[in-house]
Amino acid sequence: MIRLEEVAQDYGDRRLLRDVDLHIAKGSFHFLTGPSGAGKTTLLRLCYGELTASRGRVLLFGEDRKDMGRDALADARRQVGVIHQDCRFLDHLGVAENVALPFTAAGLPVPADDLRELLGWVGLAAQAQARPPTLSGGERQRAALARAVIAQPAVVLADEPTGNLDWEMSLRILSLLVELNRMGTAVLIATHDLNLIRSAKAQVSARVLRIAEGTLQSAGSDL
Amino acid sequence: MVPGSGFTAVLTTGTALAMAFLAVFALALGLGADRLADRWQATLAQSATLRISAPAGEMAVQTSRALDILRATPGIASVRVLEPEEQRALLAPWFGPDLPVERLTLPRMIEIVEAGEGFDPVGLRMRLVAEVPGAVLDDHSRWRAPMVAAAAHLRTLAVLSVALIAAATAAMVALAASFSLAANAQVIAVLRLVGARDAFIARAFTRRFTLRALAGAALGTGLGMGALALMPALDGIAGDTALGGIGLRGRDWLWPLLVPPFAAITAWTATRAAAFRVLRREG
Repeated sequence: MIRLEEVAQDYGDRRLLRDVDLHIAKGSFHFLTGPSGAGKTTLLRLCYGELTASRGRVLLFGEDRKDMGRDALADARRQVGVIHQDCRFLDHLGVAENVALPFTAAGLPVPADDLRELLGWVGLAAQAQARPPTLSGGERQRAALARAVIAQPAVVLADEPTGNLDWEMSLRILSLLVELNRMGTAVLIATHDLNLIRSAKAQVSARVLRIAEGTLQSAGSDL
Repeated sequence: MVPGSGFTAVLTTGTALAMAFLAVFALALGLGADRLADRWQATLAQSATLRISAPAGEMAVQTSRALDILRATPGIASVRVLEPEEQRALLAPWFGPDLPVERLTLPRMIEIVEAGEGFDPVGLRMRLVAEVPGAVLDDHSRWRAPMVAAAAHLRTLAVLSVALIAAATAAMVALAASFSLAANAQVIAVLRLVGARDAFIARAFTRRFTLRALAGAALGTGLGMGALALMPALDGIAGDTALGGIGLRGRDWLWPLLVPPFAAITAWTATRAAAFRVLRREG
């Protein structure tokens, strides 16, 4: 579904990523680790076409990102649920409206029952009408997760999705992602949380990748 | 989808209000000029006057001779000697209604009604000079020709004014929309993240700006029409002048009703163009 071939990404004169090959296939589960500033977020942004690779090819659902028209790119993004570290909400809308955005943006009717059930599942039923700035960090991340998965995308890309959550809620979020993965959704999680990775590996066959010195490598067997 | 912005809302609504107000006056000027041009044009095609000043003993002979010449002149449909009552009415504004015209030595007036392209005034004057020495052809309709041209020019200026008002409105709305798009970069980023197409994002902005322009223009049009309705009638005083021509008559009052939808269409077009330009530029 998403394939990176010999991708390099530059920031000015600095080459952040080089020779990156990655295939996110249907039903796959990846963890992405690496030190801060290694390029995890950049790699995720490449994966949903927000960035255009400096070199190499990024194929989104079979189409080269560089050849995609603007509408085709937008349509491809509808198949990818993204959870950002900074969550990215429309602060003037309520939580429920933010979570329903993938449907609104696609011009589709919002499935009210699914929305209510999902908000309940992530523990935000009481905050459905609240504005995002009034939420705690953990609540914001749960809302971002709900928005990423509500339209049942083919791929979920999560950048530190449990960074602001307690362990119990982290496991709950993980179990939702695992459940989605079992239904065929590909998942890529960028995280520092080794315990989360271990917990996931106990439930699902996950591949752990590490970005080191700009290259993407398989992590050691200790993970 | 897009949060309200006080600055752009005031700018758009205020601009639409002011421009619609001005557009109503430009329309009134244009329609008034149209009426004046038509009226003056119609007057052109009507009549000229021949004035005969002669000693009392020769007046009848010269009048008869002049009538013969006029009837034989191509381009003249009919001629008629003005009755004393009509002459009194013409002089009444200066000498009052009780002027004893019978006892005064007044020139004899002959009204000439032109036909088709009209007569050749130069040739007619030459014949009159030779045969009716006391006759003066008062080609009074001719002075209206430049006035008709002026009225047509005024109408063109009014159309140009409406076009400039539309262009200025479009520019201001586009400026406000660009400002709003820049201020809402985060909103655009989120909408893109969830797969919104450019058309969806642009629509979120165009809808807001179109409604603001419609509301402002409706208010401005209402105020403009109200101001015109309150303008004192100048008929009979300066009704035949450009000043008297300003205003709306009868069905003319329907024309300003087109201003708000036109402003809305202008705002929609300007905002949409600005939105797509910004969205493409920012990748």
